[in-house]
Amino acid sequence: MAEFFTQTGLGMGLLLVGQVLLLVVPLLLALAFLMYADRKIWAAVMMRRGPNVVGVFGLLQSFADFLKYIVKEVVVPAGADRAVFFLAPMISFVMAMIAWAVIPFNDGWVLADINVAILYVFAISSLEVYGVIMGGWASNSKYPFLGSLRSAAQMISYEVSIGLIIIGVIISTGSMNFGAIVEAQEGAGGILHWYFLPHFPMLILFFVSALAETNRPPFDLPEAESELVAGYQVEYSSTPFLLFMIGELVAVVLMCALVSLLFLGGWLSPVAFLPDGFFWMFIKMLFVFFMFSMVKAITPRYRYDQLMRLGWKVFLPFSLFWVVFVAFAAKFEWFWGIYARWPM
Amino acid sequence: MTVFAFYLFATSVIAGGLFTVISRNPVHSVLWLILAFLSSAGLFVLLGAEFVAMLLIIVYVGAVAVLFLFVVMMLDVDFAELKAEMAKYMPLALLIAVVILMQFVMAFGAWESNAAAEGLRTQVTDTTKFNTEALGLILYDDYFLIFQLAGLILLVAMIGAIVLTLRHRVDVKRQDVVAQMMRDPATAMELKDVKPGQGL
Repeated sequence: MAEFFTQTGLGMGLLLVGQVLLLVVPLLLALAFLMYADRKIWAAVMMRRGPNVVGVFGLLQSFADFLKYIVKEVVVPAGADRAVFFLAPMISFVMAMIAWAVIPFNDGWVLADINVAILYVFAISSLEVYGVIMGGWASNSKYPFLGSLRSAAQMISYEVSIGLIIIGVIISTGSMNFGAIVEAQEGAGGILHWYFLPHFPMLILFFVSALAETNRPPFDLPEAESELVAGYQVEYSSTPFLLFMIGELVAVVLMCALVSLLFLGGWLSPVAFLPDGFFWMFIKMLFVFFMFSMVKAITPRYRYDQLMRLGWKVFLPFSLFWVVFVAFAAKFEWFWGIYARWPM
Repeated sequence: MTVFAFYLFATSVIAGGLFTVISRNPVHSVLWLILAFLSSAGLFVLLGAEFVAMLLIIVYVGAVAVLFLFVVMMLDVDFAELKAEMAKYMPLALLIAVVILMQFVMAFGAWESNAAAEGLRTQVTDTTKFNTEALGLILYDDYFLIFQLAGLILLVAMIGAIVLTLRHRVDVKRQDVVAQMMRDPATAMELKDVKPGQGL
């Protein structure tokens, strides 16, 4: 039986499909409850009840929403570019999903263990902008177009600083593989060996850039309700809209996974006497997601010029300086060599 | 499997390139161009050059093609007229096509390269290293000065572009960010201490 899955083409194909399903189905299920959690946290901060009707404590709200989206009518605006109009949400969704192929949840629990894993994630997240631009353009309407231009400019701006922050971590590790990055954070001191201590300013920068990259509040200018109705999604309804929404949320959860892997030690246990494992990764991702939700609930929206200023004039120079600093600190082993974690 | 993947990517590169040229809608052209870029990144992966593939996607698809798309979407150009004018440049285009075709024919057909040169071409680097590492070692150790020179040229080009677009207009109102940030909050807003559960 084992030979069938490792030797024959059909078996390997089936195995791959099985692995993909094993990743995608729990991810989408988790997503339904994360969406619910997001709304509940938001509601709790505002002292509202949040969703509480469908199911016990409203737990099934996301599934009800899902059904509602599916059975609604698909409306295509007059003069829209039909092919691009329907391609945009699909790109948004697919790009958000395929980035997960290289994200490990435990030692070796990864679909594709490639050397340039972190570059792959970066490349895929730079492709996500196409769903937004194409959606805004194909709608043939002013508000979505303005929203998509804003969104694209914002995503490109913050990608630059995310790239530089990632380079700092890569220099410290000497590898672009997530497994190697997490291994480099392993040590007898547990939590003290994680990258969030030596790279602390970058953890903050990465978190804020991730908010901007995924168009979350306080940087949700593309969807600024008060000025742009709902950004590039205005003309979308039914399943295409659902795909956009899932794509956005999956990107958020991906950022949570990235923060956990790059700065919070992935699946490593914070203390030496507890075993490492999948649940640590899970807890860390949930923690980062909670922070995302709290930021959404407690911060007012930025003005667009402030957003651009922050990205280009504050984050970019600072992260560039940090790359140079980490390079020197790693090379000359300053601070007892905490910046140089590559195998000697 | 690899052969199948190769033909898949190769076909989509060619189809992408073809439709880039013949699409009526310029935005569609750019989208086809992106497909061509992505497929050629796939070809690089098949060659085992995963680093180059990722850079191709990040730089060309993630940055350059987005700018193309921006420009094409926002410029109000009559492309039908432009296409009609294109007939003028047909001879030049044909000439370039012929030159490139001849280069291909010579490179793969009549041209014979020295056996030593062939050896150098295939054995430039240590094959035991991952290609990111190998590329880094070559760029930053062996060809450090040339690499720096390339960076300098790009810097000059960037400065040139900035100088070309820089203009100081006196008749527009500008916002003074420092003044905005230095504003005293006490004079700008009033803070109320709201008790939980009560509201104002």
